[in-house]
Amino acid sequence: MDTSLKPAVGTSLKAAVVGVGLLLGACSSIQPWVKPYERDRLADPIMSWDRDAISGAYMDHIYESREGSRGATGTAGGGCGCN
Amino acid sequence: MKVPTVKLLKRCAMAAIVIASTAFAASGDASGPAPAFTLTALTGQQAALSQYKGQVVMVNFWATWCGPCQQEMPLLDQMYKKYKPAGFTLIGVNVDKDAPPVKELLARKPVSFPVLLDPANQVSKAYHVDEMPSSVIIDRKGEIRYIHRGYRPGDENEYQDRIRQLIRE
Amino acid sequence: MKSFPRHLSRLAALAALSLMCVAGAAVLPDDRADLFWSQYKGGGMDIKGESVLVRKKFSEQFAVEANYFVDKVSGASVDVLSNASVIKDERKQKSLSLDYIHDKTQYNLSYTNSTERDYISNTTHFSLSQDMFGDLTTVTLGFTDSRNKVGENNGTAFVPKIAWLGHAESRSYEGGLSQVITKNLITGVTLEVITDQGLLSNPYRSIRYLDPTVPLGYSLGTQVYPNTHTSTAVEARAKYYLPYRAAASVSYRYFSDTWGINANTIELGYTQPVSNKFIFEGRVRHYSQNHATFYSDLFPFANSQNFEARDQNLAASTNNTFDGKVTWAFAPEGFLVFKRATVSFDVTRIQFKYSDFRNIKNFNNTPLGGGYQPGTEPLYGFDAMVYQAYLSMFF
Repeated sequence: MDTSLKPAVGTSLKAAVVGVGLLLGACSSIQPWVKPYERDRLADPIMSWDRDAISGAYMDHIYESREGSRGATGTAGGGCGCN
Repeated sequence: MKVPTVKLLKRCAMAAIVIASTAFAASGDASGPAPAFTLTALTGQQAALSQYKGQVVMVNFWATWCGPCQQEMPLLDQMYKKYKPAGFTLIGVNVDKDAPPVKELLARKPVSFPVLLDPANQVSKAYHVDEMPSSVIIDRKGEIRYIHRGYRPGDENEYQDRIRQLIRE
Repeated sequence: MKSFPRHLSRLAALAALSLMCVAGAAVLPDDRADLFWSQYKGGGMDIKGESVLVRKKFSEQFAVEANYFVDKVSGASVDVLSNASVIKDERKQKSLSLDYIHDKTQYNLSYTNSTERDYISNTTHFSLSQDMFGDLTTVTLGFTDSRNKVGENNGTAFVPKIAWLGHAESRSYEGGLSQVITKNLITGVTLEVITDQGLLSNPYRSIRYLDPTVPLGYSLGTQVYPNTHTSTAVEARAKYYLPYRAAASVSYRYFSDTWGINANTIELGYTQPVSNKFIFEGRVRHYSQNHATFYSDLFPFANSQNFEARDQNLAASTNNTFDGKVTWAFAPEGFLVFKRATVSFDVTRIQFKYSDFRNIKNFNNTPLGGGYQPGTEPLYGFDAMVYQAYLSMFF
């Protein structure tokens, strides 16, 4: 019975984090292609990932308590990009 | 497994912050002639930047959907009223694609400085606006002297310092 | 004897913290107060939830959010094999969250305590979110630590006798990237690794094994879980602004863990505002998972494996969700001290189907298990309805 950590899990995490690091390094010279004055649609509340936080957390909790999986249910970002 | 993961995540977090801090432009002194423009006001009248040559001009780029822009408007209005007699003018350039939300917002929260509409974003492009809101301060000769990106409470003090400096020139 | 799904407190606490950490791009969200009511009915269980949330900025850089949630459970789920017909329990959860913004970075620190008669959970979470590349990209890193005390009620719902059985600890490491692709399209990817250790099984669930020595044909036994569990989940999502004012979203999540479970979740959503007063939203979600390596509905004999489980959550199953929600901005200009207020109603239907978990509860008291040979009882399935109503006031 494999109850020790699968090597695949550790490797996939490391790969993802290194990937993000490389992306950040490579992209520091790229200029933003969506100008801040073009962000009106992204700033619209209908484009936010989760307008109602209590409801989102509540549904996540229902699924996690009935399913065998968990995790990776939220992301930050978007909006007007102000400041 | 826990230890290398945490270390790796911490390192990438540090890298992300370092790279991020160099990737965006800060507010500061600038130079070069201010690009000329002619835009229509909400009233329908046309106005050109050249009309204000000889005065210190602050061009403030804003949008109805931008929170910090709304926060700064009353303070800009106060600043406009205070320094106008000394040869200062403030032009609000709105970048919304449609006029109705702009009319509606200004009806609820009016300002006394001129507001011009730039729905095609030509002026925003010409001034390389890369942050909302952005304020560009232009001297009496029509040269850009200072660009302020974003707005945080307290920034209006910086604006006033620069304006007073340029008025004295 | 309690039937509420195990680890609910810890999972709820984690979910609650995820609500605290949804960061916007470098501007703190508006102050708000929310009142929330919910009801879950399905699989023999009836759970009513109520919650209050208050969020306030103390400067442009700093905000505090407090949330109180109460769940009241009655009923018994199918895998609690007892004669107890009425189960009543209450879970209380309190959370406090702090947000701090400096330049392009947002920090969040939160603490949640969840308490019910036989389970206590304390969770701390820290995350930071960084905007970059003209605010087109947001990178988020998060860490969560949870300490839980696991017990069992050996009495009844009305005269409880709690025995504390042990502890469990959980750590989660999360990384996310949100990327604006065009002025109409935003995408995101999140990776989360969670490791647990300690007492990870539900004390109210049992395994069963073939036993020709008894009339029923099978006997119950104790579940034995590994005392460690590590899982990885990756989710990718996208949201698109349609040419008329509406938004469509899609998300896919892949999950894999050291207990042999692989799961796939796919979700589609559609948001349609109508004038400036209403927002209608619809969502469909499909979920499927295989069973854990040490799971079986019926083991061949007693102690046939080192680790044995018969928990529904570890069985091979699928579920499909259909959800509709309407939000009404009944006071867009504000009322009393509030700038604006909305009320929302949400109805969700979830259909659960198990491919290797059998419904034996209805038959274990009838002669010879209702006439079924052990292992031939009908496969379990049930529908759950979830109702939510909430009032949100912004000031």
